Amino acid sequence: MSLMSLTAVELGKRIQNKEVTAVDATRAALAAIAAREKAVGSFVTVDAEGAPARAEQIQKKIDAGELTSPLAGVPVAIKDNMCTKGMKTTCSSKILFDFIPTFTAEAVRNLEKAGAVIIGKTNMDEFAMGSTTETSAYGVTKNPWNTGHVPGGSSGGSCAAVAAEECSYALGSDTGGSIRQPSSFCGVTGIKPTYGTVSRYGLIAYGSSLDQIGPIAKDVTDCATILEIISSHDSKDSTSVKREDTNFTEALVDDVKGMKIGIPRDYLGEGLNAEVKEAVLAAAKELEKKGAVVEEFDLGLVEYAIPAYYVIACAEASSNLARFDGVKYGYRTADYDGLHQMYKKSRSEGFGAEVKRRIMLGSFVLSSGYYDAYYLKALRVKALIKKAFDEAFAKYDVILGPAAPTTAPKLGASLSDPIQMYLGDIYTISVNLAGLPGISLPCGMDSQGLPIGLQLIGDCFQEKHIIRAAYAFEQTRDYKHSPTAMQDEKGA
Amino acid sequence: MSKEYETVIGLEVHVELATKTKIFCGCSTAFGGAPNTHTCPVCTGMPGSLPVLNKKVVEYAAAVGLATNCTINQNCKFDRKNYFYPDNPQNYQISQLYEPICRNGYVEIETADGGTKKIGIHEIHMEEDAGKLVHDDWEDVSVVDFNRSGVPLIEIVSEPDMRSADEVIAYLEKLRLIIQYLGASDCKLNEGSMRADVNISVREAGASEFGTRTEMKNLNSFRAISHAIEGEKNRQIDLIESGEKVIQETRRWDDTKESSHAMRSKEDAQDYRYFPEPDLVPIRISDEWLEEIRSRQPEFRSEKLVRYEKEYEIPRYDAEIITNSKHLADLFEETVAICGKPKKVSNWLMVETMRLLKEHEMEPEDLRFSAEHLAALVNLADAGTINSTVAKEVFEQMFAEDIDPEKYVEEHGLKTVNDEGALRATIEQVIKDNPQSVEDYHNGKEKAIGFLVGQTMKAMKGKANPGMVNQILKELL
Amino acid sequence: MANIISDETIEYVGILAKLELSDEEKEQAKKDMGEMLDYIDQLNELDTTGVEPMSHVFPVQNVFREDEVTNGDGSEDTLANAPLMRDGGFEVPKTII
Repeated sequence: MSLMSLTAVELGKRIQNKEVTAVDATRAALAAIAAREKAVGSFVTVDAEGAPARAEQIQKKIDAGELTSPLAGVPVAIKDNMCTKGMKTTCSSKILFDFIPTFTAEAVRNLEKAGAVIIGKTNMDEFAMGSTTETSAYGVTKNPWNTGHVPGGSSGGSCAAVAAEECSYALGSDTGGSIRQPSSFCGVTGIKPTYGTVSRYGLIAYGSSLDQIGPIAKDVTDCATILEIISSHDSKDSTSVKREDTNFTEALVDDVKGMKIGIPRDYLGEGLNAEVKEAVLAAAKELEKKGAVVEEFDLGLVEYAIPAYYVIACAEASSNLARFDGVKYGYRTADYDGLHQMYKKSRSEGFGAEVKRRIMLGSFVLSSGYYDAYYLKALRVKALIKKAFDEAFAKYDVILGPAAPTTAPKLGASLSDPIQMYLGDIYTISVNLAGLPGISLPCGMDSQGLPIGLQLIGDCFQEKHIIRAAYAFEQTRDYKHSPTAMQDEKGA
Repeated sequence: MSKEYETVIGLEVHVELATKTKIFCGCSTAFGGAPNTHTCPVCTGMPGSLPVLNKKVVEYAAAVGLATNCTINQNCKFDRKNYFYPDNPQNYQISQLYEPICRNGYVEIETADGGTKKIGIHEIHMEEDAGKLVHDDWEDVSVVDFNRSGVPLIEIVSEPDMRSADEVIAYLEKLRLIIQYLGASDCKLNEGSMRADVNISVREAGASEFGTRTEMKNLNSFRAISHAIEGEKNRQIDLIESGEKVIQETRRWDDTKESSHAMRSKEDAQDYRYFPEPDLVPIRISDEWLEEIRSRQPEFRSEKLVRYEKEYEIPRYDAEIITNSKHLADLFEETVAICGKPKKVSNWLMVETMRLLKEHEMEPEDLRFSAEHLAALVNLADAGTINSTVAKEVFEQMFAEDIDPEKYVEEHGLKTVNDEGALRATIEQVIKDNPQSVEDYHNGKEKAIGFLVGQTMKAMKGKANPGMVNQILKELL
Repeated sequence: MANIISDETIEYVGILAKLELSDEEKEQAKKDMGEMLDYIDQLNELDTTGVEPMSHVFPVQNVFREDEVTNGDGSEDTLANAPLMRDGGFEVPKTII
């Protein structure tokens, strides 16, 4: 069995116990990448030379007793919208084709301090705009369970890399579901933490008021462990929240007795695939069996989250992405006549279609005469959505539902109809608007053999509730197989 | 023929605050430095960087607001102003539109007829400065330097309450003095730490509606401001009289050509798509914090004037001149604190200092000598250690290079000679060498003694005690 | 489609966003933006009278830094990714004509 079949925490334990070294682990990851990357395409950049060298350094510190973190020496993949000093960071966009950051994102630094070995940067929808990882300028990432299907997005590369066992775990970012939805499609576990829990410093912004970095791994234990390491109060991020309760692994307890779980009826209606619905409700039953109090309720406003989100996210994105202009870094067009043409050509050639679509929409909704009707209206709806959640969390500890209405669609099926693609985020988006934590974890397979994801949503700063519920549910199932294990079984 | 027109003027004044660091990062605001040396990921718009607000900026802005009778907005926020330009690294400027820090203030100016007039302040907001573009002389390129990018600014937006260039300049001088007293900025127009954009419109005298206004940029001196106002007023009147319309636009003043041109461009839509800055959290200025800022406000000019007359007993006129510059007032008070003698200190500032400033076309803020050295000079002159001629010479050195007067006098042997024996010997020699003058004196030409005093001083290299020279001369003659 | 996006609007937004679209892209953008705005117009079904627009989800206030210089010469890093450099700065087409 490959070291990559172990969870991150198990591998970390073996490294601490001197059963294997960080270098062994890194070589195992690189070997898996070499074997599977052609089929899956999870990575934009693989640091085949640098990673073993860093692993060696880390091993020395482990040997010297200086690094005792549970993840010391464990190989990690980073979504390509997080700055890594000296390592190319592209946001899967042509406009950053050669960009090498001069500093490292705070979340990644926290991992480095804990002895993580960064093996590479994962593919994503360009600037995190998309739900399929098909809008990348560097090729499409495929779902390791069935390479004819998408891995979801925008953190599709990170989720596929974890599912394909090309790394032990990964970091993703979630603006409207970009960790939870691809986690669901790829059969892995991912957490979108409460806004402000993980520093955004060094995360290349899409929608600043919604973006949050989070862990993607094989199981809940890994995710809680990783989140505990990456969360920090960062004085470089003004929206970073000072929290005392980030010892998330304490919530890894198989006990949900008396926990109040609400299932929004609005999440079970039209558009939800029957197999997904069945698996999600079965998961709720398991929790009920363990003593949780489960009931359905009306959350309300669900259909308004997507339009509000697109106004807010696109408006912020139109401004955040203005800095990519061919002056300071990245792509500049070869021929131009004057400043404005240089801007227009560099940006039009550097950005892909979906990014341009969102920048245009965002610029329009902020333009003179439309700000009140669109932008302020969306911010008011956001306030209403937040209020609806506040009311729900007055009654429930956890909200349970699907992470996505379907399992992973076929490659190319979503791009032609943007609104249809946007509808795929219906269960995840409102969580970002309200700043809440959410987890997606596998809860079954559909008849095509594609994973189904369960989403658990907590109130602000209540990650422990969802970690606990997810952990308890996880104990009822066997997750020890991955698509690669399945292939191995088939081969055997 | 010609109708009577009234010019209506409002100002947008940008002031660079005197913080040590930029508004959103820990880079130095120091002037100079090779291009891009005072930069970091934040002030150059690197992907992934985030702003963190410099607290001092809020305190300076609130202090200026309090000093200009504004209401402080205790819940203020930042917004993004979106426009593309190479000196603007993020292609948005972090500024305040919806909730600026100060609103509804005024300053009082003195008008030509000796009266006073209130100029309303619509708002004061905080924002970041842009970088600098250096234009290549030979090729069609410009070079961007972000050293100034992110330097904190406040923009003081006046009401359209001014009616002439004189009022504009009086308003600017008043603002400058207030801000200098606060220590919030040095407010140098020529160095760009104070910049004024002037909104001008004209209307027929007595009309109640405002005319269409234009905005004039790139005004780097009071002279440019008054010339630009005059020029723009005439341009607008000409347009109206020839039946054309004034177009609302931004115009750039060209100081060498003494004319302006429109900055219009199809690519410049002036639609800034402001929205709340998501990377910065709101600012809550509590009553306690506001009180703390208020309690730190300095003594302003009007209060100083009263005190100077009472405490230092110097004439009102002198007090007015001295308090018209924060630096001069500080220098005066510090010097008096060391050596006492307020009238003597005031005299040095009023006479010799003013004369040399005028001669060198300098502002009081440009003075480099210290209070310690001025006090030392006052003491040397007052004790008769040096005579007044020598004192003026030493002062000139001090003005130029801030030399230590005591050391200078010592090193150059400038002390007044009071040794009667030495004086007597010199005077005897002078009498011997100038028989004609001696004869003239004896023939009743009293003035001849002046020549002999002069000759003696010359022989003593100016260091003789003039009183003693006179006395001994008379005695020997 | 309730929202008809004109050529002028697409042209204007292109100027704001500094994007130059081909004719084909413009047609697509008109269609996409119109459809998105129709979709967004759903928000008008909600009565939001008296609801305060929410830009920040949490009531965090007053995050400041002290006025202390923490950065040294950053020019090397600042210029490290410059597409075109000249005299220690970023070269751009001449901005005044």
